[in-house]
Amino acid sequence: MYEFSYHRPASVAEAAELIANAADGKLVAGGQTLLPTMKHRLASPSDVIDLGGIAELSGIVVNGNIVTIGAMTTHAEVAASSEVREAIPALAALADNIGDPAVRNRGTLGGSIANNDPAADYPAAVIALGGTVRTNRREIAGEDFFTGMFETALEEDEIIVAVDFPRPEAASYMKFENPASRYAIVGVFVARTAAKPRAAVTGATACAHRAFRIEESLQAGFGSSALDGFEAPVDKMNSDIHASAEYRAHLVKIMAQRAVAACA
Amino acid sequence: MKIDLTVNGRAVAEEVEPRTLLVEFLREQLRLTGTHVGCDTSQCGACVVMIDGKSVKSCTMLAVMADGCDVTTIEGLASGAELHPMQQAFMDNHGLQCGFCTPGMVMSGLDIVNRHGNEPDDATVRRELSGNICRCTGYQNIVKAIRAGARAMGE
Repeated sequence: MYEFSYHRPASVAEAAELIANAADGKLVAGGQTLLPTMKHRLASPSDVIDLGGIAELSGIVVNGNIVTIGAMTTHAEVAASSEVREAIPALAALADNIGDPAVRNRGTLGGSIANNDPAADYPAAVIALGGTVRTNRREIAGEDFFTGMFETALEEDEIIVAVDFPRPEAASYMKFENPASRYAIVGVFVARTAAKPRAAVTGATACAHRAFRIEESLQAGFGSSALDGFEAPVDKMNSDIHASAEYRAHLVKIMAQRAVAACA
Repeated sequence: MKIDLTVNGRAVAEEVEPRTLLVEFLREQLRLTGTHVGCDTSQCGACVVMIDGKSVKSCTMLAVMADGCDVTTIEGLASGAELHPMQQAFMDNHGLQCGFCTPGMVMSGLDIVNRHGNEPDDATVRRELSGNICRCTGYQNIVKAIRAGARAMGE
């Protein structure tokens, strides 16, 4: 790992000032992706600004139908939260199946969505649940947040503060995971809301995206048979040593059907 | 940078470079070599330690991030010559072959007891060990050992 200067601010304002003044600064949340990347010398920031000391970024608050989760809340905290388990059990279950227990004790919601790994789990939930990403500057609709492979709508030095998740009537996330990394080869998050069905797919393409065609199929009736005629576009799918594009396209349908069935 | 933390009940104040990993700090600076580095890529779990009572992969945390924390390593478990019940259970159940992964397995075992109590079933233990890899493929006895250790800790 190359040398860097380490900072541990106590507030978001202080973190924003530090990152703005750094030559090539990086914010670190749980560090479960950034630190391995730095160890491999694929990243060599001049300054590392650790958000771990900022109390205001951590915690879970339920207000009416909105579950607000602070950016620095760990996967383990979300998984164990009685509020999340009651309001959006699918979200608690998703968090409980990211990586492994020790990774879940460090990895955070904010870190996961800021990194936007194409196979990450959280982005699918943020999109399908119609979440809102709140930063130190503005609010960004979940479905507009993820813009490409490891790319987000975040501007330079913008800091995620929390994500608001509206409570759905029912929701489920099904992932076909890589048995070694436990990243999603394909993951599908579906939500039944009062307004309309919502769905998002992760792992299949460059980054998690809203699955409008799955939503249209479910509009007629929220049941797994509604997806019998659905086919995911093979030409848009990722293809790698873990799964071919054809296999991923097949998995999108199967995971979507299983997720819908689990909502019943 | 100077860090102040508690390691195995002992107050420690040390100077570290920001890029020093927690596992490097424990092994090379404090000479607590019981915590192992297997993969160095947060896959294998040989480096698992407890930070404020929660299992963490010490190869994927900076030492400076542990400033002010309470760290427990495998060396902090036994009382003198008397092994911790989880360590004793690994011995009694032949829960190891080469022993390289054992420190992390024992720490993860303690984390399982913290969250699942003294009677975790096989499926729970296996799922919870998803971040600990044993290259001798000794999982049968590791699972047995953790279940026995969990029970012993409740007695």
